[in-house]
Amino acid sequence: MERLRSLAGPVRSVPLVRHLLVALIAFLVVVAIIGSSSQYLQTRYAEMAFFAIAAGGLTLLTGLSGQLSLGHGALMAVGAYAATLVLERTGGETLADVFLALLVAIAVCAVVGVIVGVPAARLHGPYIAGATLTLAVAVPRLANQWDFLGGEQGLQVPVPRAAELPVWIQDLVWFFTAAEIDQYSFLAYLGWGLLVLAFVALANLSRSRVGRRWRAVRDDDVSAELAGIHLGRARVVAFTVSAMCAGLAGGLMAMNVRLTAPGAFTITLSLTLLAAVVLGGLGSLTGALIGAGVLAFLPHFATDLGESVGLSATQAAEVTPVVYGLVLMLVILLAPAGIVGSLRTFLARSSLGSTKEKTT
Amino acid sequence: MQQFLDTTLGGLVLGAVYAAFALALCLIWRSTRIVNFAQAAMAMVTTYIALSLINVDVPYWVAFLAAIAAGFMLGALVERLIIRPVEGKADLNAVILTLGLFMVLHGLTALVFGVQHRGFPAPVSTSAIEVGDTSIGITPFGVLTIVIVAVVMAGLVVLFRFTDLGLRMRASAFNGEVSRLLGVRVGRMLTLGWALAAAVGAVAGLLIAGGDLVNPAFMDPFVIYGFIAAVLGGLDSPIGSVIGGLILGLSLSYVTGYVGEHLAPLVALGILMLVLLVRPSGLFAAAAARRV
Repeated sequence: MERLRSLAGPVRSVPLVRHLLVALIAFLVVVAIIGSSSQYLQTRYAEMAFFAIAAGGLTLLTGLSGQLSLGHGALMAVGAYAATLVLERTGGETLADVFLALLVAIAVCAVVGVIVGVPAARLHGPYIAGATLTLAVAVPRLANQWDFLGGEQGLQVPVPRAAELPVWIQDLVWFFTAAEIDQYSFLAYLGWGLLVLAFVALANLSRSRVGRRWRAVRDDDVSAELAGIHLGRARVVAFTVSAMCAGLAGGLMAMNVRLTAPGAFTITLSLTLLAAVVLGGLGSLTGALIGAGVLAFLPHFATDLGESVGLSATQAAEVTPVVYGLVLMLVILLAPAGIVGSLRTFLARSSLGSTKEKTT
Repeated sequence: MQQFLDTTLGGLVLGAVYAAFALALCLIWRSTRIVNFAQAAMAMVTTYIALSLINVDVPYWVAFLAAIAAGFMLGALVERLIIRPVEGKADLNAVILTLGLFMVLHGLTALVFGVQHRGFPAPVSTSAIEVGDTSIGITPFGVLTIVIVAVVMAGLVVLFRFTDLGLRMRASAFNGEVSRLLGVRVGRMLTLGWALAAAVGAVAGLLIAGGDLVNPAFMDPFVIYGFIAAVLGGLDSPIGSVIGGLILGLSLSYVTGYVGEHLAPLVALGILMLVLLVRPSGLFAAAAARRV
């Protein structure tokens, strides 16, 4: 008992240990859920995973270091194209190919993140919004400029077949879910595994010295600078970390969609990501996860709803952006802290109320 | 030489439209310190209103004026209902709000009118003017575009320089508190500023659509090009926005003509970053240092 308690100490107090433990439990639960889901749901979960990774990076950037980016759709495009080109060269048959492609996607986006982040660190408010919005328009158009990027039709993305995965993974999945791994569940496991890793890294980063610097820069840049924080460096690091998340998300998206084409990376994608993090609450990873869930499940729901009230299929597809836009506007007007932030305030208020009752 | 002349003329027409658009952004920035990212979507809505009127055989110029009136009302409504609550709050809020409005207007237009391309008529010919045997790269509609933008600009100059109303609007933008003490209805002036801006935006939308195809996304590039043109001019100066619009129009026309059409947005991004990093207050602003 004594030994247990001495073990519980570091688990609770060291963020890395605590985050890893939560992550491990969460991942096992998710594996169980994915394993027992239908193919349709597995695809949605895989989608939710890459949206959550991108949203997690964006919420860290906007919520912690206070920089708005409307260019994350473009960064996802960069990641998607990088991963696709690698998979084309290697054939994408094995798990190693997949990880190589994702690593390259992250690395390329890190470079792009620095290139964009350096000038962006000097901008604020509407200026950074306008500049990153331009990025979102400009980058996907490049695919039409150079032939090796496949033009408007895009590039096919090879993905490993489940039968070619290492036996130990197949056995492990069988052990936990009592179901064979196939293409769809593989992508869902892969996405969620990486999502959990990414969120552990982001959660630790935001609790570390780096994260404290970002908050200081966001809240008062003059005081932060007086305290010895290099403003530009802190902002560039934030942008780069965020871009790496977008790159990983883009690579996963390419594997899920099986086609990388400029048409997938519109302004709407960037604004949609923004809607997800604003809805969840800026700066909150839980919020990003909730927002990503909405992004993955709402479109099908909204389209079905639209069709059921007699809209044509193309019209029904437009219901979703209207909902996202309304979400953006309503959250800003009514609950600027988002879902998680509002809940937190609510809980804090009600617990304050109960302590008051006790003391009186 | 011929190609250079054609590209230049094309750039001037394009630049005139960017200028009108930048002017609309500048009007809003001057009154409320907000960049309206929904401007393009609002102009798209008014263009569709004009198109529906034209489709039921309303004369072009009547539809033109109706669209401007609709823009005026839309601008006033947006300011009163949506923007008023966030005025003076963190600038991130206003940015996100106008982006949300952009998505809503975009989606609703697609819901009501469908996403297919539709032809939009022009009041005058849209085939190139011929001088002697060679046709030069400007159409009668292009000339009309430049003329209309010039008229709108002149109208705004007259309004702001020579009328009592313009003076009150400038005063409210310059210092709301003091203007209020002097008896200016500042709230109304801000609403009027948004309404005027949306009307100017509506003109720009109609000029872009003329003789071309429209669909709900046809104004999307103007979200960024209008913004860049306005930033080139410093966001604060109406004359600056017009010159910024012309510079951007010419640059993009040369890039499209000589390098490659798909590189145009990237070049625009380059221009934007260069201006923001080298002369953040714009090429023509007299203002002292400002945080960008």
